Amino acid sequence: MVFENLAEKLQATFSKLRGKGKLNEKDVKTALKEVKLALLEADVNFKVVKDFIKKIEERAVGYEVMESLSPGQQVIKIVNDELTKLMGGTQSKLASASKPPTIILMVGLQGAGKTTTTGKLAKLLEKQGRRPLLVAADIYRPAAIKQLQVLGERLDIPVFSMGSQTSPIDIAKAAVQYAENQGRDYMIIDTAGRLHINEELMGELKDIKASVKPHEILLVVDSMTGQDAVNVAESFDQALGIDGVVLTKLDGDARGGAALSIRTVTGKPIKFIGMGEKLDGLEPFHPDRMANRILGMGDVLSLIEKAQETIDLKKAQELEEKLRKQEFTFEDFLDQMKQVRNMGPLDQLMGMIPGMGKVKQLKNMQVDEKALDHVEAIINSMTREERVNPDVINGSRRKRIARGSGTSVQEVNKLLKQFNDVRKMMKQLTGMQKKGKMSKFPFM
Amino acid sequence: MLKKLFGKREKDEEIAEVLEGKAQDVGEETPGTGEREQLEVQDEKQKVGLYQRLKEGLNKTRKGFVNKVESLFTGRAIDDEFFEELEEILIQADVGINTTMKLVEHLQEIVDEKRINDPVELKQIFKEEINNLLGEPTPLELKSGLNIVMVVGVNGAGKTTTIAKISERFKNQGKKVLLGAGDTFRAAAIDQLKVWGNRVGIDVIAHSEGADAAAVAFDAIHAARSRNVDLLILDTAGRLHTQKNLMEELKKVRRVLSREAAGAHEHVLLVVDATTGQNAINQARLFNEAVEVNGITLTKLDGTAKGGIVIAIKDDLKIPIQLIGVGEKAEDLQDFIPEEFVQALFAE
Repeated sequence: MVFENLAEKLQATFSKLRGKGKLNEKDVKTALKEVKLALLEADVNFKVVKDFIKKIEERAVGYEVMESLSPGQQVIKIVNDELTKLMGGTQSKLASASKPPTIILMVGLQGAGKTTTTGKLAKLLEKQGRRPLLVAADIYRPAAIKQLQVLGERLDIPVFSMGSQTSPIDIAKAAVQYAENQGRDYMIIDTAGRLHINEELMGELKDIKASVKPHEILLVVDSMTGQDAVNVAESFDQALGIDGVVLTKLDGDARGGAALSIRTVTGKPIKFIGMGEKLDGLEPFHPDRMANRILGMGDVLSLIEKAQETIDLKKAQELEEKLRKQEFTFEDFLDQMKQVRNMGPLDQLMGMIPGMGKVKQLKNMQVDEKALDHVEAIINSMTREERVNPDVINGSRRKRIARGSGTSVQEVNKLLKQFNDVRKMMKQLTGMQKKGKMSKFPFM
Repeated sequence: MLKKLFGKREKDEEIAEVLEGKAQDVGEETPGTGEREQLEVQDEKQKVGLYQRLKEGLNKTRKGFVNKVESLFTGRAIDDEFFEELEEILIQADVGINTTMKLVEHLQEIVDEKRINDPVELKQIFKEEINNLLGEPTPLELKSGLNIVMVVGVNGAGKTTTIAKISERFKNQGKKVLLGAGDTFRAAAIDQLKVWGNRVGIDVIAHSEGADAAAVAFDAIHAARSRNVDLLILDTAGRLHTQKNLMEELKKVRRVLSREAAGAHEHVLLVVDATTGQNAINQARLFNEAVEVNGITLTKLDGTAKGGIVIAIKDDLKIPIQLIGVGEKAEDLQDFIPEEFVQALFAE
């Protein structure tokens, strides 16, 4: 989970505070020292941490906390407020040009993830009904153009390239013309990775900027970056005037402190976060929700949005009906599973549920996506009749299903048992709340 | 960046020639005394060149880190404030909290014990402490017979570029090198390695995208054996150390390697981006758990990253840092020599 270590440390610190009826200055100072260490370990820039702690200290030691009924809660609220502020308040959106195409320029260090992010951003725009064009302007790294072309092919989004002999400035200029002619309303320029201290290559970016006047310059930053993130962001910002930041590789155990530092030092918002290898792994960044996630308050809003995006409402209602009448079959089971899985990797979803971060058994749980593949295979190996009426599945059928799905009879048995348990549970639930609202996700 | 490479191609060739000259020296041809002397002079020159290059590469690192250390260690009292400031400097250099605390506490003990009140004296001690922590140099050396280097790391650390540089280095030493394109996942990764191979003049064993990486390893090892290669470098797909299934895949490649490479010298090299913060320690730990890492290459030290992570990794995991990347060119990948590194860091 994003910011996991930071979240854990802060939550541990706060649970100590929570228990106290009254807080004195020393309690707050001790807690804040722990917060400081947690932030530093999360790679938040040293100076940023210092300022942050100072601000909280000023507010927390003051009258409003000491006299309140639950001082612990009050301190947590202050940290939450400041953390949200640090991350930039509310969500910032992409600029859009009054006259298309909107030109987005992707810049950053080598290996930050520009090309992959370029692909992901195009996919996101297309999902919103836009017609993006990818522009291959990394003429330096071997096969970088090819990489973008392969991504374009996978996404079915056109890629503009002029090979590696034309200058990136000319490529960018020609691409604008091309986008206009082809009626593409967004164009995303992938540029070569470069060091922020390489004057020659930074000059090239300035030239691209001057010639095509991008509406949005996005700095792509690896979330695992350490204290240096601030220098990188500052240099790029000074040279180009960036509009926003994309944080990548957030699916690892990166502590993501770079996010906090960059925002504070440059004043430029984090607009997107990238996770995972798949091309739909780019999400708009919501500072407030992220602050909640860090403090272990969950991110229900993102979860609901994900659900709304992927879950077919009509199907869900049908299912509710079926459940009530206890007609839940393996067909529905499979359907539900697919819908939930469409929402994204399960362990990412878990992180969004409030309190989940604190459940011990879940902490180190790796959701085994492979086991789910097996379940799918087993159900797919059943006949229609067996899916609708699982009671007919006898010993020889079990053997056949196991063979057909490449699993074992034990696994088939296990699934059948789980399925019956779910059915039983549903029966109890429907009995309990009669006409009450059903959970839309029996598996979660 | 490659434009820079192209532009300075001639210079590269010059250096390649120098390196070849060195290889000949070891070879059968016995040059006359005059020639030998000349070679030694060249050798000497080259050494200075490398040191200079390291110093230049580390210049930015030095500017940030050393200037602060310098000003800290001159003309002031050694008190609590002094140690607090030292702590800040180390943390800002990505040394990490644990190692920083350890270093500072240790330094404090020494000060108390020896009653040191001269900051210049303390600076020398501080230098030695870091030096001790980093240990003896353990450069990447080829043994006789087949050497297999498997290169692993997270996405974007610089694996493929590192491979290109290592292969060029050993090829220039007269070794027979073969590459295995084990990154079958990222779009165009195979092409990227092939372009490098072409440029350096080294064969690449590759399957198509999406193929089984272990199968590529298998084929590459057999090809290496039948071609009597000195060094096989196996590329692997970048993966975050937390992605369980991808780490499992890596273990499988490693298993195939160990099984098929009986008698060969296996070596797993982890590539770490120097701009990485504390996460680099997690990376090193988890990759080590999965495939037993023998050495680390630290890339991108030519930026402004302070490189303190080197100290933390060595302190925490005892995995030696073998190579460092301080620039785009092949010779910018250098053996990590702790003493030189510290020396360069503290050079006036």
